[in-house]
Amino acid sequence: MKVTLKIWRQKNASDKGGFKTYQLDHASPDMSFLEMLDVLNTELIKKGEEPVHFDHDCREGICGMCSLYINGRPHGPLQTTTCQLHMRSFKDGETITIEPWRAKSFPVIKDLIVDRSAFDRIQQAGGYVSVNTGGVPDANEIPIPKKIADEAFDAATCIGCGACVAACKNASAMLFVSAKVSQFALLPQGKPERKERVEKMVAQMDAEGFGSCTNTKACEAECPKGISVTNIARLNREYYAAVASSYEWQVGGGE
Amino acid sequence: MKLDSKIPEGPLAEKWTKHKFNLKLVNPANKRKYDVIVVGTGLAGASAAASLAELGYDVKAFCFQDSPRRAHSIAAQGGINAAKNYQNDGDSVYRLFYDTIKGGDYRAREGNVHRLAEVSVNIIDQCVAQGVPFAREYGGLLANRSFGGAQVSRTFYARGQTGQQLLLGAYSAMNRQIANGKVKMYNRTEMLDVVIVDGKARGIITRDLVTGKIEAHSGHAVLLCTGGYGNVFYLSTNAKGSNVTAAWRAHKKGALFGNPCYTQIHPTCIPVSGDHQSKLTLMSESLRNDGRVWVPKTAHPGLKAKDAANIPESERDYFLERRYPSFGNLVPRDVASRNAKMVCDEGRGVGATGLAVFLDFSDAIKRDGKKTIEAKYGNLFDMYQQITGDNPYEAPMMIFPAVHYTMGGLWVDYNLMTTVPGLYALGEANFSDHGANRLGASALMQGLADGYFVIPYTIGDYLAGMPYEKVSTDKPEFKEAIEQATNRLNTLVNINGNKTVDEFHRELGLAMWEYCGMSRNEAGLKTAKQKIQSIREEFWKNVKILGGANELNMELEKANRVADFMELGELMVDDALSRAESCGGHFREESATEDGEAKRNDEQFAYVSAWEYKGDNQPEVLHKEELVFENVKLTQRSYK
Ligand SMILES: Cc1cc2nc3c(=O)[nH]c(=O)nc-3n(C[C@H](O)[C@H](O)[C@H](O)COP(=O)(O)OP(=O)(O)OC[C@H]3O[C@@H](n4cnc5c(N)ncnc54)[C@H](O)[C@@H]3O)c2cc1C
Ligand code: SF4
Ligand code: FES
Repeated sequence: MKVTLKIWRQKNASDKGGFKTYQLDHASPDMSFLEMLDVLNTELIKKGEEPVHFDHDCREGICGMCSLYINGRPHGPLQTTTCQLHMRSFKDGETITIEPWRAKSFPVIKDLIVDRSAFDRIQQAGGYVSVNTGGVPDANEIPIPKKIADEAFDAATCIGCGACVAACKNASAMLFVSAKVSQFALLPQGKPERKERVEKMVAQMDAEGFGSCTNTKACEAECPKGISVTNIARLNREYYAAVASSYEWQVGGGE
Repeated sequence: MKLDSKIPEGPLAEKWTKHKFNLKLVNPANKRKYDVIVVGTGLAGASAAASLAELGYDVKAFCFQDSPRRAHSIAAQGGINAAKNYQNDGDSVYRLFYDTIKGGDYRAREGNVHRLAEVSVNIIDQCVAQGVPFAREYGGLLANRSFGGAQVSRTFYARGQTGQQLLLGAYSAMNRQIANGKVKMYNRTEMLDVVIVDGKARGIITRDLVTGKIEAHSGHAVLLCTGGYGNVFYLSTNAKGSNVTAAWRAHKKGALFGNPCYTQIHPTCIPVSGDHQSKLTLMSESLRNDGRVWVPKTAHPGLKAKDAANIPESERDYFLERRYPSFGNLVPRDVASRNAKMVCDEGRGVGATGLAVFLDFSDAIKRDGKKTIEAKYGNLFDMYQQITGDNPYEAPMMIFPAVHYTMGGLWVDYNLMTTVPGLYALGEANFSDHGANRLGASALMQGLADGYFVIPYTIGDYLAGMPYEKVSTDKPEFKEAIEQATNRLNTLVNINGNKTVDEFHRELGLAMWEYCGMSRNEAGLKTAKQKIQSIREEFWKNVKILGGANELNMELEKANRVADFMELGELMVDDALSRAESCGGHFREESATEDGEAKRNDEQFAYVSAWEYKGDNQPEVLHKEELVFENVKLTQRSYK
């Protein structure tokens, strides 16, 4: 199949960047989207043009490294990661526009590569249970109802790709943050620190400059792992409960 | 050079306990004076970085991805073993030890493997305490499954995403220490060399992958947790970035390389679809618990999955069930892979290329219902459909073996130290524990055992064993290493030839797969050696890399890695040549029984091969660590 590719090229963070159009005559429906870009890059290198830079690693839909805003949608037309997208999802002769994630908190580094380290910093702010190695109870001393465990698992499957932010007109990171907050809010292991955790993670999210959530649900629609917006509702409950109890604590001096 | 494995004396079950007592301790107040460099943030690296920081050491951690959470461990699907015996089905530390030694075809150390089995139970406790959401039963307790040839249910899992959940657990523990200021994390940073001062590892040279800046970092010890080298085959189930560079540079600086030719070929991967193929996708072998493997009894070239139903039962050959009645579809990986290759070599393979066999769930769906199968394998079935366009609920899957894991790696002693003092290797990067074949669900176990429960003890012994010294990057050795690394990159960008890095990598991979893959013979290996040498020669004259060394340049990153793969490939071939026996993951055609099964040769080959680098274009020297078996009797593996 033949495709026309309109790709964002940007030499580095300070370059203004712009679209360039390429013609690819030998794509096949069985290729993955990234393999199609590999083929393009081989052609570019042979012609003496710098290849298009994009992030990827596992190519199995699990590491969260690949990104790409394809025809106006993060990870393209299917609700999956770009690396799991195949050319059979496109028509022969189609023009495909490829851009990086667009969000103030995800600055472009080169071509289609952005800096998502803000996500790491949010996790560092509180996305953990404070236990040291060793000295923990036997695993089966913490029974967890299957339903709760499954719900926590659903939240825990976030791959940290950032599509939720790219999909959101406000560039909000609420879905990402709520996934981690939910996992730990649901599990008994996370309960002791739930208050500080949600406060710190939300504070870091704000400090990174992500926008606010106006409930458009665009994030859920594009999340390749199907993380549900019910997690955002849970985050809000956790957050207000935490803030309210901090307030009581401040006024009343605690119990 | 005499190789000392430092396996403690005494009865097997007491070795580790006694050893821990005998290890020297670093005074708690002094720990913060020590800098530890951890390269890699997969299960091994993240767990080590977190645990060492908790103890008080100052840690610097490095990964080449944009976040430590993306290390290749994230992709592990099936599960992690532990001798918890929660199922009351006869498991024990000793049985896990025994299965692992036997599964490795008696080419691993008893002492190491027993320790691994011992600490396996602590790993599960640790992960649960961190909030890792393992699968559970309705009663709220942890669920288990049997995995990859085990006859007890000892595998813990988190749907088909066990590696992801374990890694996110270790990542979260490390994040806590980053927030504490005890771990400094360097993302998008690749280690290019290790620096040795006065015979001890004292630091590393890195390249900032965004700016291209080459930098030096000093430390009192260096831990390489950099994963496996399966990508030497170009096509493998490893992530695209997985590479051997860190281990290889350490090897060239004096660390011996153990059992380089031991590669694991995984039986259940999605077959190649065309020349554009950039990697292979593994389907968890847990699928073999319910799927039945078959090909038609007679050749049906080009048979499609959707036409499989037209082949009547009587015309199907369920070859694993036929040849191995007691293990059936659950034979170990190497046996399943080799048999799939065999039926395809006979011309009975299916699919467009003839390089595939069916994995059929129709009986399981009939027996248990679609819902049950969906609950167990839903995400794997979806993944399969996404990649191939076929629906495995309706037609059988097609699978073929692919390179998946490398048992070989840097030689380490019982303390996980390489032959260079102060230089350690953890996780898939070392050679230990799995012998010639790794059992399913035991790499995750080993990575976390090394990082959470072994290195925190053994590193103290090394550090406390000598007077404290400040380390710094002022030494001339650092300057020299920076210069060398810089020159190499500049040479690469200036070659300006005609072929892309991928073209060379593909050629290398093809030669390795063809001659040094599942089955090998002397003549083929000799051909491979010549081929690799000529690919390498051409590479340094004719590779084409655009862009410079002082910017983000992914072609340069690849070239730098592929250059090391080519050197490693040659060593793998040398190792395979020297090991003229069939064992574990590899079948040496000259060493087979009458009915075509692998024949091990314990008299001549019950050793670990450890190779010493002797300089550019010099043959490497083979050292042998004889394996001593005091507890298990060596038997030929039989799964009949
Ligand atoms: C698809 C798949 C499924 C698997 N499923 C299972 C399973 O179910 N059960 C099981 O037990 N095992 C499984 N395995 C094997 C297991 O996942 C790996 O062996 C294990 O995770 C390796 O962990 P590691 O920490 O040693 O290395 P990795 O997770 O590979 O981490 C390597 C780290 O090193 C870094 N690195 C590498 N080189 C450099 C360098 N030069 N400079 C800086 N950083 C560097 C990387 O950035 C990364 O952080 C599977 C493997 C694959 C491929
Ligand atoms: S919530 Fe979904 S879209 Fe957002 S980072 Fe996680 S996986 Fe990606
Ligand atoms: S490359 Fe890992 S999720 Fe796409």
